[in-house]
Amino acid sequence: MTCRHIPYHSDMTQTIFSAQGLTKVYPMGEVTVQALRGVDLLLSAGELVVLLGPSGSGKSTLLNILGGLDTATSGTVRYRDLDLSKASDKELTNYRRHHVGFVFQFYNLIPSLTVRENVAAVTEIARAPMRPEEALERVGLGHRLDHFPAQLSGGEQQRVAIARAIAKNPAVLLCDEPTGALDSQTGVVVLEALEKVNRELGTLTVLITHNAGIADMADRVIRLFDGRIVEERRNSTKKSAKELSW
Amino acid sequence: MTALDKKLLRDLWLMRGQVLAIAAVIMGGVATLVMALSTYDSLLTTRDRFYRDYGFGQVFASLKRAPESLAGRLADVPGVATLETRVVTLAKLEVPGFADPAVGMIASLPDHGAPRLNRLHLKRGRLPAPYSENETVVSDTFADAHKLNPGDRIGAIINGKRQTLILSGVALSPEYVYQIAPGAMFPDFQRYGVLWMGRHALAMANNMNGAFNNVSATLTPGTKPQAVIDRIDELLAAYGGIGGYSREYQFSNRFLSEELKQLKTTATLFPAIFLGVAAFLLNVVVSRMIATQRDQIAILKAFGYGDLMIGAHFLKMVLVIALLGVSMGIALGAWFGVSLSHVYMNFYRFPYLDYVLRPMVFVIALAVAGIAAASGTLLTVGRAMRLPPAEGMRPDTPEVYRTTLIERIGLQRWFSQPSRMILRHIERRPWKAMLTILGIACACGLMMVGDYQRGAVEYMLDVQFNRSAREDLAVTFTDPTAIGALHEIASLPGVRRVEGFRDVSANLRFDQHKYRAALYGIEPDGILHHALDTDLNAVRVPPGGVVLTDHLAERILHVRPGDTLTIELLEGNRRVIEVPVLGITKQYLGVSAYMQRDTLNRLLREGDVISGVYLSHDPGAEAGIYKRLQARPRVLGQVAHANAIRSFNATMGEFVLFFNMISALLAASIAFGVVYNSARIALSERGRELASLRVLGFSRAEIGYILLGELGTLTLAAIPVGFLVGIGLCGVLVLSFNSELYRLPLVLEPYNYAMAASVVLGSAVVSGLLAWRSLGKLDLVAVLKTRE
Ligand SMILES: Nc1ncnc2c1ncn2[C@@H]1O[C@H](COP(=O)(O)OP(=O)(O)O)[C@@H](O)[C@H]1O
Ligand SMILES: [Mg+2]
Repeated sequence: MTCRHIPYHSDMTQTIFSAQGLTKVYPMGEVTVQALRGVDLLLSAGELVVLLGPSGSGKSTLLNILGGLDTATSGTVRYRDLDLSKASDKELTNYRRHHVGFVFQFYNLIPSLTVRENVAAVTEIARAPMRPEEALERVGLGHRLDHFPAQLSGGEQQRVAIARAIAKNPAVLLCDEPTGALDSQTGVVVLEALEKVNRELGTLTVLITHNAGIADMADRVIRLFDGRIVEERRNSTKKSAKELSW
Repeated sequence: MTALDKKLLRDLWLMRGQVLAIAAVIMGGVATLVMALSTYDSLLTTRDRFYRDYGFGQVFASLKRAPESLAGRLADVPGVATLETRVVTLAKLEVPGFADPAVGMIASLPDHGAPRLNRLHLKRGRLPAPYSENETVVSDTFADAHKLNPGDRIGAIINGKRQTLILSGVALSPEYVYQIAPGAMFPDFQRYGVLWMGRHALAMANNMNGAFNNVSATLTPGTKPQAVIDRIDELLAAYGGIGGYSREYQFSNRFLSEELKQLKTTATLFPAIFLGVAAFLLNVVVSRMIATQRDQIAILKAFGYGDLMIGAHFLKMVLVIALLGVSMGIALGAWFGVSLSHVYMNFYRFPYLDYVLRPMVFVIALAVAGIAAASGTLLTVGRAMRLPPAEGMRPDTPEVYRTTLIERIGLQRWFSQPSRMILRHIERRPWKAMLTILGIACACGLMMVGDYQRGAVEYMLDVQFNRSAREDLAVTFTDPTAIGALHEIASLPGVRRVEGFRDVSANLRFDQHKYRAALYGIEPDGILHHALDTDLNAVRVPPGGVVLTDHLAERILHVRPGDTLTIELLEGNRRVIEVPVLGITKQYLGVSAYMQRDTLNRLLREGDVISGVYLSHDPGAEAGIYKRLQARPRVLGQVAHANAIRSFNATMGEFVLFFNMISALLAASIAFGVVYNSARIALSERGRELASLRVLGFSRAEIGYILLGELGTLTLAAIPVGFLVGIGLCGVLVLSFNSELYRLPLVLEPYNYAMAASVVLGSAVVSGLLAWRSLGKLDLVAVLKTRE
């Protein structure tokens, strides 16, 4: 069960991400959009963190910066020893390849690859991945290995995306509204899969939602509004995904 | 196999329509290259082998008559390797069942064994038996045109005496690869042939016993022909030698060389244009195809795929397509090349074809296609990769729509909502629209290049035969003849008008430039045969000087009107004279030097004589006229223009048409590939948007109109641009096709435009229909399920 191939995993209190004064400005022709207006943040190993906030509050922007998909306009963000704000393209690629798993709202599977191959596309370049089949078992899709994305429901596609994200045994799992496109019943199945990964693999999981109901499954809830963190709380009792509804 | 490679194969399969269309573009370019280069290389190799294997002479000379005893002295000229004397004569031929006049060139063969030079390749039968009086070998062109076989008989009037000859064989000779009657414009295999007879029999018929009138020789390695020619000329001067010449000026070889030179231009220019345009289109098409994969690039990047891996993936993808196109192009080009070579061999007669496809051709094809495809890919992939992955995965950056220019100037009420969407879409991305227009325009232009020669050749013929040489029949005499013959011919029944001409072989010289040509003396006020000015109107040749075809004056001799030209007459009194150049004339076929007949005759000091007659006759009178003329001993050849045009169409015309057809076909495949790809790409770029409109309640016809309306608008806009591109490309062709054999005029007929436009429009319609079909299959649910 404990497939901890990534070195820094063991210590639950270890800080994985630390961000100070993050801002992000998007130039949009003559006007600019201020997506983040100074965000400070600490995220630790093994945590399950929910990012809450209305649409447009900067959640995705923050997540993308944490995942090395985008760079901040100012401020610093570190992943362990790596300064993501100063990292080279090569370092970022390496970081994404070996340390981060992404789950996007719209799954973003590769349509011309089967379920198994979608996962294999990631494990082939990872350092110590699990087998694609094993990752798919974990999300309850061991029986749909050879289907193409178009043959799956939205919930199933999202679970493939989760399998694809965890198969490399990442230290962090970044999920941008993974249930946003799903009905609540299907959404619960997907959240269960994430919860299981977090529990069993101890992967730091950051989960974006604008749905307050989901926040109950988190260790910690961070609320964003207009590019700023406006609330941060720790759940004393964590609900399991099964108990959620929205 | 890695997951990425599987993706590659599946994506290729999914896009197979587009893949094939892109491959078609490459195929068009590569096939042109392979066809033209391999034809050129093959003919060159074949010619060289034929010349070598059959001992083609390197120096030739004709004379009136010299005793055989001179042969030894000729052979002793330093630098001569092998020398052979011959008797060569012209004769009228009569083929049973063929009423038209025919002329033969008869050359002697040794009475024993094969000649040492200019050996024959026997296709059928054998050489004449030793000392045979009446056996003859006939050139394969003449034999085939009349279906003659060994054992058949033909009549020949040699030196005024009629003889019956029996065919012993049918042969080809390196000396007569290209056969054309003296004074004719084009080959006519029915009315002109080459025959070979035993030396003894031919000499007897021509009073040449123990004598010869023709010499050919090969040289020892490293010998300069001119030195040998000068020495031979000295020796032959006393015997009526009319000047030796090197292989370079040998008639058949000269034509062949010129033709190969043209072919070489074709082989460089056509592929350069085709492949260049194809490469450009490939680049455009590939980069747009890759652009549609932007989000996939972003996903791969998000997973931690490095730039190199992603670049390599897409590179592999287009290289597979390029390779497919190159292989198809090479196969098709080789096939066309073989066919084209064989078409060539209809009028350039070789015993065999050594088909040559140099590995270099593959390398060029692969390199051009590969570089074009790879640069298109890498630029686009690079651009996609420079975006942060977060950006790449977003649906295309929110478009900044603006009201269009048309709307701003208040014309919107003339356009429906969907039409406005089309216009806004085009205006929003003017660069992309321009690339599409340019791509289609290039395809349209290529079509015009491919189809251009047909009209140009027709125009050349029209100028030649309807404006310049308007006679129905050109009659040549065996020797210069007193002017009285003109009046006799004029009085033949059915003859309408006659004009006498005098022609004489001459070397034209100016500074170091020299050209051997026939100098024509024509009637200044003739209406049948005249020179044309640069506007193609008839001009009167002025007295006291010479007018030259522009190409001859400007490109070969480098003289201008007012300059003095040195003319060495090679017949008659063989004087060297100086005459002023009085004007420049226009002519597309061949080159000419014209004088007034009186001027020329005065220079020759021969009194009022003519070498032949141009005549026009009543319709239907030709058979009677041919017969009466043929019966006159002094009449040697008769060239009827109707026949010349007919034989042109049967030989070179066939070649032009073949080439035309092939280039048009390849251009059409390129055009289709481009238009089809534009439609496919538009569909994949806008599929989501269109599906959303469908969800909102737009009908298939309405979204079809939005998509295809744009393609249609761009296609229509591209056609006039394509016409300009076509004119430009044809202009390049005209500048490069420039030889003494012919110059192409830059004329584009309405049907050239119509053809190019229809192929482009046809491709657009077919592509539109295919896209229309895909519109029916748009996945509406997918739009709701995913992104945006
Ligand atoms: N690439 C971009 N270009 C311009 N504006 C952007 C871009 N990405 C996000 N934004 C803007 O930044 C703000 C925050 O966006 P985002 O982080 O996606 O919000 P959320 O995920 O919380 O809905 C929004 O106003 C959004 O429109
Ligand atoms: Mg978001």
